[in-house]
Amino acid sequence: MEETSAQQAHVHAPPEGFLRKYVFSLDHKVIGKQYYALGLLAVCMGMVLSWLMRFHLVWPTTRIPGLELLSKAGAPGGIITPEYYLSLLTMHGTLMVFFVLTNAPFAAFGNYFLPIQIGAEDMAFPRFNMMSFWTTLVAFLVLILAFVIPDGPPISGWTSYAPLSAVGKDAGPGMGWGMNLWGISIAIFCIGSLLGALNFIATTLDLRAKGMTLMRMPICTWAWFITSCIALLAFAVLLPACILLILDRTAGTSFFIPSGLVISDRLQPHSGGSPLLWQHLFWFFGHPEVYIAILPSMGIVSHILINSMRKPLLSARVIIYSMMSIGFLSWMVWGHHMFVSGMNPFSSLLFSFPTLTITIPATIMTLIWLGSLYGANIRINSASLFALGFISMFVSGGVSGFFLAQPSIDIVLHATYFVVGHFHMVMGVASIFGVFAGTYFWFGKMTGRMMNETLGQLHFWLTFIGTYCIFMPFHYLGLVGNIRRYSAFVNDFTGPLMPLHKFITIAALGTGAAQLIFIFNLIYSRYKGAPAPQNPWEGTTLEWSIPSPPPWNNFGGKHPVIYHDPYQYNVKGSKGDYIMQDSPEPSAD
Amino acid sequence: MSSTIYRPVRTRPPALRGSTVPAARVAKVLSGAEGASQSGIWVGIFAITMSFAAFTSALFVRQGSAADWTHIALPPVLYANTLALLLSSATLQMARRAVTADPSIQPRTGRVGLGWLMATLALGFVFVAGQFEAWRQLAAQGLYLATNPNSSFYYVLTAMHGLHVLAGIVALALVMGRIVASRAAFRKSTFEATATYWHFMGVLWLYLLLVLRTKL
Amino acid sequence: MGKLFAVVLVIIALASAYPIATRMYVMPEDISTHGHAIDDQLSDTMKEAGFSFLGAQLVLAFFVFKFAQRKEGAKLTHLPGGAKLVVTVAFIIVGAEVFALGVLGQKAWANVYFTAPRPDALQIQAQAGQFAFYFRYAGVDGKFGAIHPDKIDEGNQNFFGLDPANDIESRDDIVSGELAIPVNREVHLLMHAKDVGHSFYVRELRIQQDFVPGLDLSVHFTATKIGRYEIVCTQLCGLGHYNMKAYLNVMAQDDFEKWMKQKASEL
Ligand code: HEA
Ligand code: HEA
Ligand code: CUA
Ligand SMILES: [Cu+2]
Repeated sequence: MEETSAQQAHVHAPPEGFLRKYVFSLDHKVIGKQYYALGLLAVCMGMVLSWLMRFHLVWPTTRIPGLELLSKAGAPGGIITPEYYLSLLTMHGTLMVFFVLTNAPFAAFGNYFLPIQIGAEDMAFPRFNMMSFWTTLVAFLVLILAFVIPDGPPISGWTSYAPLSAVGKDAGPGMGWGMNLWGISIAIFCIGSLLGALNFIATTLDLRAKGMTLMRMPICTWAWFITSCIALLAFAVLLPACILLILDRTAGTSFFIPSGLVISDRLQPHSGGSPLLWQHLFWFFGHPEVYIAILPSMGIVSHILINSMRKPLLSARVIIYSMMSIGFLSWMVWGHHMFVSGMNPFSSLLFSFPTLTITIPATIMTLIWLGSLYGANIRINSASLFALGFISMFVSGGVSGFFLAQPSIDIVLHATYFVVGHFHMVMGVASIFGVFAGTYFWFGKMTGRMMNETLGQLHFWLTFIGTYCIFMPFHYLGLVGNIRRYSAFVNDFTGPLMPLHKFITIAALGTGAAQLIFIFNLIYSRYKGAPAPQNPWEGTTLEWSIPSPPPWNNFGGKHPVIYHDPYQYNVKGSKGDYIMQDSPEPSAD
Repeated sequence: MSSTIYRPVRTRPPALRGSTVPAARVAKVLSGAEGASQSGIWVGIFAITMSFAAFTSALFVRQGSAADWTHIALPPVLYANTLALLLSSATLQMARRAVTADPSIQPRTGRVGLGWLMATLALGFVFVAGQFEAWRQLAAQGLYLATNPNSSFYYVLTAMHGLHVLAGIVALALVMGRIVASRAAFRKSTFEATATYWHFMGVLWLYLLLVLRTKL
Repeated sequence: MGKLFAVVLVIIALASAYPIATRMYVMPEDISTHGHAIDDQLSDTMKEAGFSFLGAQLVLAFFVFKFAQRKEGAKLTHLPGGAKLVVTVAFIIVGAEVFALGVLGQKAWANVYFTAPRPDALQIQAQAGQFAFYFRYAGVDGKFGAIHPDKIDEGNQNFFGLDPANDIESRDDIVSGELAIPVNREVHLLMHAKDVGHSFYVRELRIQQDFVPGLDLSVHFTATKIGRYEIVCTQLCGLGHYNMKAYLNVMAQDDFEKWMKQKASEL
């Protein structure tokens, strides 16, 4: 089919001019880098916000010089007010979940490497592809606009529970235009992600090179493919939810707002709405979203582990099937965020069971990774270190999920820092580790220069130890019953916990500082790094069969032909210890 | 730090080399894009279905959440609109026949099936206009977006569907433009995809009409 | 480097487990009749999950220690048993845990939610609003007066929007800022949200339940230990969320009656 379509193919010349090349580019590689840059910008903002949050929690009265410039009302004289803490919290969560974890591991690396790994010249719909990035960028700008408007960012958290989020400015500072911007931004973001997911799916289905059967796709390609299937459904649900929310706020409808609410002494002009409806819609998106955040990292990590172990996984198929079943199960568990929300207590059990069941494929994946390490010859470098770190972090965060999955335990742990610890371990660290690993692994391919190993490993050690110091203690706080989303700990029992909070804050500032090494390494290596060979890691997949950086049309107009399963390492009777996917040399399969 | 041995990729025997474009013009080949637009549109349809499913389930939950669920009489013009939309699907089918029948479609297309496309486009506009008329009539009864939950859902659902139809109209117009200009840029697949989408709009509307009738 | 990774990981794993093992950070002892089931559930899970956590981390450390950076051309081997073994192990271990904790463990949940309050349970209405809790006792007539949101007026202490002028039932309703209850008597708490979502959380009671505007939810519990305990709001409800708390005052039966009389006289 590639054959025939290639004949009557629709051809267009290489891009000319700066704008077409780097700004409004249709090239999936440029778009991938743009997504990466956006993710990086978002993560840095989110990180700075988290420092401010941590600082305020333990030194509430200490002045942060210059902060008043960020917000006069929010930080008068550089001292953060309790309500501004919530604004920071909301922006932190929103930036991190949407603009970091949906962009960096998925949209960025996926855009850059999915077409290459299946032997295509580009995405199926390059124009859509460009549109989805620019829509996402607009969403980002709309969101951070909330920082500069007088109203300030919203204070209802990244989950924006109604009616707090729906009744408008009576609900508190930032709940006027700030909240509108949030809703609009997320709605736009949904559109961008839908376009992107559609593109990924069509590309994977139709643009695979000759001989690239589905089962011959590298594991990360599979991960991106499965993720886009989840994203397609998830964002298709969040979009309507946002539309209804915006209508409640601006058009006076009552989808989420019940009757007889008296907020700041005003009887609200709404009636009959259902707050739980928002929670259901949001979490129906929200839970799959968290797997959207982790699956690409799982794929990237598997890809890198295999390469550094110099031998295939015990079974790549099992990994792929596990990812599929995680993706599938993720649609039946959203209620585990609502155990004590007043939802029918019987449904809590119905949601708890599939949630617990998800730990089975997750465990299978973990054990496959572990079991494959046995008898390998692991090459240690920044990429593989972060990949190994990922496993450790995923286990830590996943295990804490196992507590929360049981409604009876969730009665005491819900809305405590235990939850915060859980999701930072899996999301704030594990997923991010996937991004780090991917960066160290692919940077050479993407820029033509290798990243600095020494700085890379230094960065790993500081981040690995640092993040454990930040996020493990959150679990302890939760076990005592320390409530999340508090601007200050005024409860009788939180006094004794303050030393631990101080420790966390110091660890956070330190770990944050360590990230500067990474940023420096990125910039330094981009210009001064050692030139990257075509196949620095002796990989087998297609991205290593083309120059670094690849030409604008990836394969120089050729159509690669695929002869092997993706990971032909340490094959008996082959010359080297690996066989490229596109080399005709005979192999095991 | 792993040893970084650089290994050139073996040059493959010609027999096995994949199809290539003439070296003369170095250009990017969007292989498989033909098939892609078909699966692309189906994936899109899937997503749209999902979001309308979300709207509908929101409707059910909202109906159960309070006793303020009333009833609104649908403006009769809706049925006329329905007819127009269904007709447009038929005319589109005729156009499609004409286009796919004509072997000379690539690369020159001529003006095949243009009349039918015009008709489709016209009917599409009739539908949208009709929907506006329906809104006007509701407003005349004092039923606005925020009047009661039923009217809220009426406006939301019809507006969302209307937007999607408008998108379809734009797509059709583009296809027509390409046929008229009879550029090589015209691709059957694009046309096919647009047609699929347009028919789906009809199906989606029938579903919505059912919901509006039985629920609102 | 591989060896270093292993060592660091072992240290991290043990250090993470230490505060748990030594029970440095734990909930205060529970004062409810249903709580022990939850505590048992928690400690069982802690054992099994802790085992899994340490197991996984130590195996990871060990394999990296043993198999990282071996000499070039070292013979590579596969885990005996391969994927099959791994998958079966996963199914057996986790399947067992899921069954044991997930299915059998549901009784702890059932205790709280699938039992009706005893008919003689003391009914108290709790109202959550930005940013305070108020509690209402039905008074001698045992009936709560109707709530009129439009009449709510913090200024003259009409937190529930009662209308004593026209509504007899509301006249003897006792409103209090702290939740006073008799010990060892079941309490049926009727939950009402004035504005946005809030939550009722008392660690010692092992009770957490959201207030949802427009929904009439309720919880019931029996406190078994006299004392004052903190009630905190755990649902993000706005700028004062962190500061929204009240006290649960568990009293001996006669003290409670005294308290009621005294409150009634203040009306
Ligand atoms: C990357 C994101 C990510 C991932 C992968 C997960 C994975 C899981 N999550 Fe998590 N979760 C979040 C992100 C994520 N979560 C976020 C962001 C929130 C909070 C949202 C908010 O309120 O703001 C949340 C909240 C959350 C809750 C709600 C808590 C509450 O609000 O009260 C629950 C409850 O069931 C839960 C459960 C789980 C489970 C069972 C898994 C499982 O998939 C984990 C499976 C993995 C393992 C189990 C580890 C590996 C296995 C082994 C080592 C073998 C043996 C171990 C055992 C058998 C225990 N999560
Ligand atoms: C990706 C997700 C992510 C990440 C990385 C982080 C990172 C951090 N988070 Fe956050 N956090 C959330 C997601 C995340 N968080 C969410 C969803 C919430 C809930 C919001 C809500 O309740 O509504 C939350 C809430 C939250 C709270 C709870 C506040 C409260 O409940 O009152 C706290 C408290 O300390 C906190 C702290 C931190 C700290 C100290 C860091 C970091 O500083 C740790 C150090 C940083 C890193 C280890 C990563 C750095 C990465 C890079 C520099 C480059 C990566 C490259 C690319 C992405 C291209 N976060
Ligand atoms: Cu009330 Cu938080
Ligand atoms: Cu979840």
